[in-house]
Amino acid sequence: MRITVTVNGQPHTRDVEPRLLLVHFLRDELGLTGTHWGCDTSNCGVCTVHLDGVPVKSCTVLAVMADGHEVTTVEGLERDGELDVVQRGFVECHGLQCGFCTPGMLLTARWLLDRRPDPDEAEIREAISGQLCRCTGYENIVRSIRWAAEAQS
Amino acid sequence: MSFGRMHRKEDARFIRGRGTYVDDVRLPGMLHGAVLRSPHAHARIVSVDVSAAEAHPKVRAVITGQTLAGLNLAWMPTLSNDVQAVLATDKVRFQGQEVAFVVAEDRYAARDALELIEVEYEPLDAVVDARTALAPGAPLIRDDLEGKADNHIFDWEAGDRDRTAAIFEEAEVTVAQDMLYPRVHPAPLETCGAVADFDKVTGKLTVWCPTQAPHAHRTLYAMVAGLPEHKIRVISPDIGGGFGGKVGIYPGYVCAIVGSIVTGRPVKWMEDRSENLMSTAFARDYHMRGEVAATRDGRVRAIRVKVLADHGAFNGTAQPTKFPAGFFHVFTGSYDLESAHCEVSGVYTNKAPGGVAYACSFRVTEAVYLVERMMDVLAAELGVDPAELRMRNLLRPDQFPYTSPTGWEYDSGDYPKALRLAMDMAGYDKLRAEQAGKRARGELMGIGVSFFTEAVGAGPRKHMDILGLGMADGAELRVHPTGKAVLRVSCQSQGQGHETTFAQIVGHELGIPADDVEVVHGDTDQTPFGLGTYGSRSTPVSGAAAAIVARKVRDRAKLVAAAMLEASPDDLEWGDGRWSVVGDPSSGRSLAEIALAAHSNLELPEGVEGHLDAVTVYNPPNLTYPFGAYICAVDVDPGTGQVKVRRFVAVDDCGVRINPTIVEGQIHGGLADGIGMALMQVMAFDEDGNHLGASFMDYLLPTSMECPSWELGETVSPSPFHPIGAKGVGESATVGSPAAVVNAVVDALAPYGVRHADMPLTPANVWRTVNGDPFRTDLAIP
Repeated sequence: MRITVTVNGQPHTRDVEPRLLLVHFLRDELGLTGTHWGCDTSNCGVCTVHLDGVPVKSCTVLAVMADGHEVTTVEGLERDGELDVVQRGFVECHGLQCGFCTPGMLLTARWLLDRRPDPDEAEIREAISGQLCRCTGYENIVRSIRWAAEAQS
Repeated sequence: MSFGRMHRKEDARFIRGRGTYVDDVRLPGMLHGAVLRSPHAHARIVSVDVSAAEAHPKVRAVITGQTLAGLNLAWMPTLSNDVQAVLATDKVRFQGQEVAFVVAEDRYAARDALELIEVEYEPLDAVVDARTALAPGAPLIRDDLEGKADNHIFDWEAGDRDRTAAIFEEAEVTVAQDMLYPRVHPAPLETCGAVADFDKVTGKLTVWCPTQAPHAHRTLYAMVAGLPEHKIRVISPDIGGGFGGKVGIYPGYVCAIVGSIVTGRPVKWMEDRSENLMSTAFARDYHMRGEVAATRDGRVRAIRVKVLADHGAFNGTAQPTKFPAGFFHVFTGSYDLESAHCEVSGVYTNKAPGGVAYACSFRVTEAVYLVERMMDVLAAELGVDPAELRMRNLLRPDQFPYTSPTGWEYDSGDYPKALRLAMDMAGYDKLRAEQAGKRARGELMGIGVSFFTEAVGAGPRKHMDILGLGMADGAELRVHPTGKAVLRVSCQSQGQGHETTFAQIVGHELGIPADDVEVVHGDTDQTPFGLGTYGSRSTPVSGAAAAIVARKVRDRAKLVAAAMLEASPDDLEWGDGRWSVVGDPSSGRSLAEIALAAHSNLELPEGVEGHLDAVTVYNPPNLTYPFGAYICAVDVDPGTGQVKVRRFVAVDDCGVRINPTIVEGQIHGGLADGIGMALMQVMAFDEDGNHLGASFMDYLLPTSMECPSWELGETVSPSPFHPIGAKGVGESATVGSPAAVVNAVVDALAPYGVRHADMPLTPANVWRTVNGDPFRTDLAIP
């Protein structure tokens, strides 16, 4: 099937198998390897991207379902050489270790701050509760997102 | 400059999605592999028909056990001197075992072709329960081993059997408890995989794979495949978490290599999550019986332990050769005992191989859980507060260095101080008062204490090797003419931040900013030999090597500086990152100035060849012994059995902290592991050997909702066995925290007369325990 997906503001047209997962479309077709793959079952969330501004797990979205839609990946967070404030927050507060969950966490953090600019700890924990991190025990991810909320206000 | 909090150098690429993990490696002409796995736990292979798969238009090769047998590669050595099937030829011995390997043009086609392979199996009875593995008539798993007639692997013991028995004979109080440390899996978010590229013209094999031990992999590939070692390059790129699960060589890696040799093209193989959970290294699966002998007033005199260790179908545990039960015999923990003894028996079962993985410090995890659970069992027997009982028995600061009853030499520490600090931070007495009030109202609240002593930094060469490779680590340090440095180390980070921490070590020793030090790791062509990153050994061993090699550079710089200053080296002193003439700070020469001189036409003193570069191999004189005091407070819903961890206080002493931010991050992660293992994670099996935790739908990992906000404290007892006094910290919290959580839950359930319940303490298990009907958490067998 021929699809056109706008990724990080750039339209991409490709012929793909109907069964191709969005995560593989992004990684293998477009070479955007910042979006990771981790579990097949929508549990881990390392494949999280924005589809029309809403976080989705791209391992359970078919590429054809993104036809005509807008996708934002971690590569799209930095604008004109300026890091997004959530990216800065993760550096400031040691919100990452191995870095594998980080892109998905950043995108969820961005979505949260777009909706709720001043989230408390409980709201942050709930927002990232569909994503796993095996390194940080979540503490510094929560702090990173709080730091970003304060830095952008 | 150097030690202290600084942002990680690694983060710049990771926050942009610019890390390079193995699945991000794409080579021109690269093919994709997939593994066909056994649906049975135990079955004879009658036939394997790959003709339909080979006819698939996108398939380039299908490899079976027979193919490998022709190359003498059907079996490979394990890290415990056993053998493991790469692709099964005779039988399959666990569910998920590798049977065939397909190489195709893309990853979807490779998976499609797996469906086209016809395997006829003759199912056999499976041995699932370790406790019946040695029973007469149990199905024989390893009939491939000549003369093997049972499922027994080894018997091993440590300590003084007779003296311990004598103390038990006369002891005022004894307690005993059976407990299981269930089979769990480290489940790093990145699964295992490899990209193999064999160049037929040059004969060079390059393997990208997320290994925690790239140099050991290279040597083993040379031994297994018969390839010359100088023609093998292992590149361990960014790793999406390892935790011990990425130490060994998995059959898929060997298949990818063979696939590349056969097709003449690069081959990528990535396992999926179920494959990862079913076939790669699990951890624990220790069935333990602990006994404690004590005085009536709560002085612990002796501990005795019997362990049945389930190693799965192949003995593939990764630990120093001399220690088939790892460092389990550090089970006397943090206490001053008269005697101790343990016996460990290993058995084969029809489950995946492994046993040592998941931040366990070679089974210190099981040892700490055992002793810390037993301390609570004794406290309940004596009616003594568990914190008070520990305080009465902790080693005193004046006893260090301390030789334990099983032969370990603990390096340094003030244990009572750490426990007091944890109790102060937790407000221990207030928590107990709150608990008393809640109990009076029928509410279930528990407080759990755990005090652990770790044994890390393996290890001294004369005692420790893996497959004959001594556990010393090399380091190379080059100083460029402008004074910028490149450190090359053998270990490889899986998120621990070596690029930052090791740069800080070199910066500290040379008086230059850590930003001026580039750390090269994870590529065997670019780094010196060493055994890798596991057992919390990076900072204790490779970190020590980094400090020592930097000191060698500093010593060499002294000679060059003396030539520059036309002074005797004996008249120079080091301070503020400069060599200067004693008493004349204005004469000081920085490393950058000295480096330039060392590369110039300055006439150098005799014995100095020029340049400042140095190499070293660090052979640790002893292990290092981080320790800590943990206190956990939980609430248990009496209606549902749901456990909520309300607070967790962790006081850690890992010696000198190089980058406190990174240290705290390591601890945070390990504490989450403790909650996961204590409350959620288990890999159970049914009686046919079906794996009941083969996806993240069934193998539950802690999320942000299960974890509290961690409360950390620290004491600092520098290790006299380490050049900068650091002890290592990567696994401390994983080792120490499960017992604190379980002790808290059991404490909460004390009104029901509960003294023990096995992990994981899921709502169902808590509910059954409260009702006097606990179930075995490892088996779904009625």
